[in-house]
Amino acid sequence: MNASGSANVADVIIVGGGLMGASAALFLRNRGRSVILLERGLVGQQASGVNFGNVRRQAYAKDARDYGLDLEIIAGNSLRDRYPYLGREVLMGSLGPIDGHANPRLVAPAFGRAASRAGARVEENTEVLAIEKVGEDFCVETRDRGQFRAPVVLITAGAWATAMAEKFGEPVPAVARGPQMGVTEPVPYRIEPTLGVSSPLVEETVYLRQVSRGNIVFGGGNRNDVNLETIRAYPDPENTLNQMPQLRRLLPGIANLRIIRTWSGIEGYLPDDLPVMGSSAKVPGLYYAFGFCGAGFQIGPAVGDVMAELIDTATTVTPIEPFHIRRFAAGQPTA
Amino acid sequence: MADPRIVVVGAGPAGVRAAQTLVEAGLRPTVVDESPASGGQIYRRQPALFRRSYETLYGFEADRAKALHNAFDGLANQVDYRPDTLAWNVYDGVLHTLRDGVAGKLPFDALILATGATDRLLPIKGWTLPGCYSMGAAQIALKAQACAIGRRVVFLGTGPLLYLVSYQYAKAGVEVAAVLDTSPAGGQLGALPHLASRPALLAKGLYYRAQLMARGVTVHNGVVPLEIEGPESVAAVRFRDGGGQDQQIACDAVGMGFHLRSETQLADLARCTFTFDGDLGQWRPETDRDGRTTVSGVYLAGDGARILGADAAEISGRLAALAALTDLGRPVAGHRIEDLRRRQQTMETFRRGLAKAFPWPAGLARSVADEVLVCRCEAITAGDLRAAANLKGAPELNRAKAFVRVGMGRCQGRFCGSAAAEILAETRGEALAAVGRLRGQAPVKPLSLAATRETSS
Repeated sequence: MNASGSANVADVIIVGGGLMGASAALFLRNRGRSVILLERGLVGQQASGVNFGNVRRQAYAKDARDYGLDLEIIAGNSLRDRYPYLGREVLMGSLGPIDGHANPRLVAPAFGRAASRAGARVEENTEVLAIEKVGEDFCVETRDRGQFRAPVVLITAGAWATAMAEKFGEPVPAVARGPQMGVTEPVPYRIEPTLGVSSPLVEETVYLRQVSRGNIVFGGGNRNDVNLETIRAYPDPENTLNQMPQLRRLLPGIANLRIIRTWSGIEGYLPDDLPVMGSSAKVPGLYYAFGFCGAGFQIGPAVGDVMAELIDTATTVTPIEPFHIRRFAAGQPTA
Repeated sequence: MADPRIVVVGAGPAGVRAAQTLVEAGLRPTVVDESPASGGQIYRRQPALFRRSYETLYGFEADRAKALHNAFDGLANQVDYRPDTLAWNVYDGVLHTLRDGVAGKLPFDALILATGATDRLLPIKGWTLPGCYSMGAAQIALKAQACAIGRRVVFLGTGPLLYLVSYQYAKAGVEVAAVLDTSPAGGQLGALPHLASRPALLAKGLYYRAQLMARGVTVHNGVVPLEIEGPESVAAVRFRDGGGQDQQIACDAVGMGFHLRSETQLADLARCTFTFDGDLGQWRPETDRDGRTTVSGVYLAGDGARILGADAAEISGRLAALAALTDLGRPVAGHRIEDLRRRQQTMETFRRGLAKAFPWPAGLARSVADEVLVCRCEAITAGDLRAAANLKGAPELNRAKAFVRVGMGRCQGRFCGSAAAEILAETRGEALAAVGRLRGQAPVKPLSLAATRETSS
């Protein structure tokens, strides 16, 4: 790879090929910007690829009523009639009729391929070592793949973005955690909605969905410790064992199924449970979209679209101001 | 200071000798084994009330089997023995187990993994038909239950087990319709200098073959398997013989295996570093000659570390235990280690001979037809895998698994992983090592959601 050739120059360099970075690359190309996406491993391998795959609006139900969100509260006999497989302890449900789910293993790589087809340069196995602003341009140094230059850099490096922002003088109090995921052997497809327990007790908050292949994918409860350096998150078996009685309470009928696989990933969490999105408060040309607190999958393509709009037009119609990194700057009250 | 907590996983030749060595040093190890009785696969014991003699069950190995069984039985009061127990995860210095639906935890200072091996399989058209078994399964049916997999059986594959199991079936009175070895006879001759390092074992191999001949069993070398024919269950095997002629042999069962592969999931979950072994075309956990892995306190022994067979497993079990004792600061006589290492070296020479005599038929795996199922759990064909590699760009095996579900089912790729790696490498025009290996994920084997926790640990 030629370090100084013009081939390594673009309008925008995106650091981190998760769902946010890959979709931003696609939407920037649609806006006619040249893009280089740098990914240390393969596109969609970390948080984007290992999460639950929820596409839901339940979490926002409180505020969503004003936006005409159609949630249905079901209880009693009606709940039993419609969902006879639910355990006796389930008293009430809030149904989002058009909620759904998608396969995280496929989505981000598909955006990466779409970005590639649209003309973005997607450089996998390219680890970013340093990002420096030199004059008007950013100079991005990589391991064994030379230097890349662009006037604009978008950092979408998930849990690893924190260290990069800190180098630009913008520390954020993010912590890296791993979701505790698992999947059962396949059984005939029966459970149409995604199910999740709402409870103040974190160990009770399991959730699950059945995929068309028949397997039941589940998660929830306590999160795992992760290691940002080894880039691998191992699920804690204690958490798996804690999930089992909760899953049996929710769906007694699955007690005799077997778990065939568990996994985790590495996600960035911020203390106010909101992501960092928008421009840098300190460095012109620098943008961030990271720290989605385990809820990034369903909004990933929208994040890419908004970031592309922001970078292309210097503004966005989407109200992302609460997500700005300046909320963590010294002297600011932390939310 | 309290005695160190040492856990041995597996009660086959390696696990038993490791436990015995620890007891001799005055310790009380915990031995976790998936089987109801010690002995491992090779010296598997028959169920209660079965009355076959050691000679009937184990042939030439009767004395060794008896010695191993007696050795372990003699430890009864000196080990914490946990049969029927699955070790499903290793995390943070704790082995996680499951017995009778109850999940338990065993914190350890040293962990010796003697997890053995399973058949290395190759997808062949029709290999998922009822009546098609792995070589190991065919042998277990005979040893454990005195059952044959069929009335007229073809054994297909390569490796020393091919001849041993065929011989055992013939001796038990089952009609062995043919023995089809994918390795050419010439390779076996060429390997003789290495194989001569263990003359007794070489002699046994030749004996099995001679016995098969004497019983009128046809042995074909250098075959290309074409199809296991149905339609509803196994009815025949079609193959190309060493001379290039297509042949068909009627049968009602097939025993199939291409030597063995180490069971390494626990080592993987313990976070041991794996390296690619070019001789075997397999990834295996890195160990020193005594069985130390790259993870402090975790040791490997027996076929779970590398396929050297039962005698070598006994030696490596002792070596791993002595390594653990040394690392825990216990006195160990240096000459004992030296002596075991010397004997192990002979085994290693023989292993190289076996690899030469019975090579893994990588070419057959690479040329598997598109419509053939590779991953049985998820019903993924070779064509599905090739398409994923081409259209979606899967540069390594875990990516292919994510895209197309190969190796994503109940067995986690233990049975399809070898072939899937070959197919992916071939499709991408790369060396086998470049496509990596399927990462191990807990649980090692399926874990019932009904499992409950131990009330006190």
